[in-house]
Amino acid sequence: MTVTALLFASYAEALGSERVNLALSEPATVRDIVEQLRALPGGSALPVSPLVAVNLTYASADQRVESGDEVAIIPPVAGG
Amino acid sequence: MSVRTAIVRRAIDVAALLAEVENTANGATLVFLGQVREVNDGRAVTGIEYSAYGEMAERELAAIASECAAKFGIANLAVEHRLGALELGDASIAIVVAHTHRGQAYEASRFVIEEVKRRLPIFKREGYVDGTSEWVNASGIAQQSAAPEHRT
Repeated sequence: MTVTALLFASYAEALGSERVNLALSEPATVRDIVEQLRALPGGSALPVSPLVAVNLTYASADQRVESGDEVAIIPPVAGG
Repeated sequence: MSVRTAIVRRAIDVAALLAEVENTANGATLVFLGQVREVNDGRAVTGIEYSAYGEMAERELAAIASECAAKFGIANLAVEHRLGALELGDASIAIVVAHTHRGQAYEASRFVIEEVKRRLPIFKREGYVDGTSEWVNASGIAQQSAAPEHRT
């Protein structure tokens, strides 16, 4: 299946894109997505366990990801 | 009851927010402003560029306000967070809360700003007088291990 990962701020700069399409074998988890991203050029800027949201809700590394899910890799938040 | 939140790309109009929470049932109204300050970690700052995971930030800010209203019995609350290029002194966030009594108003205001800092997916790039800029790693959650407890 194909999942699109959204990147922001410092992570988007490091990987040179705000969206990355990833081909994943099922079943896939958040951890699998992060591992694939970290293997890309610039991907080492991502921590092993970054903050991730699936469909707009914070998710754990073990959470399953389905085709069509919106997966966002979120840098350290700095609101306020 | 009036509880409203927004992520905006314009200057925050505090007077408008005050008018929004006005209610003669309330005996206390508080305004909290988060502002761009001129020095951070010993470096002279020229401004901050705020960006966000917009859709999630809107949703998360609304959730924080709902939690606040339920927790402190707040009926009148308005919160706006600004994005874009902000200059020194500009308000990045305004929290305007009104309550019958001051105690709950203070607690509610504090609750909102602490939750915003902890979990709102907003990012900032600070510009410095030497012409450089850097993404700021603030005190919010940064790792997956911390995520589940922040679900709402």
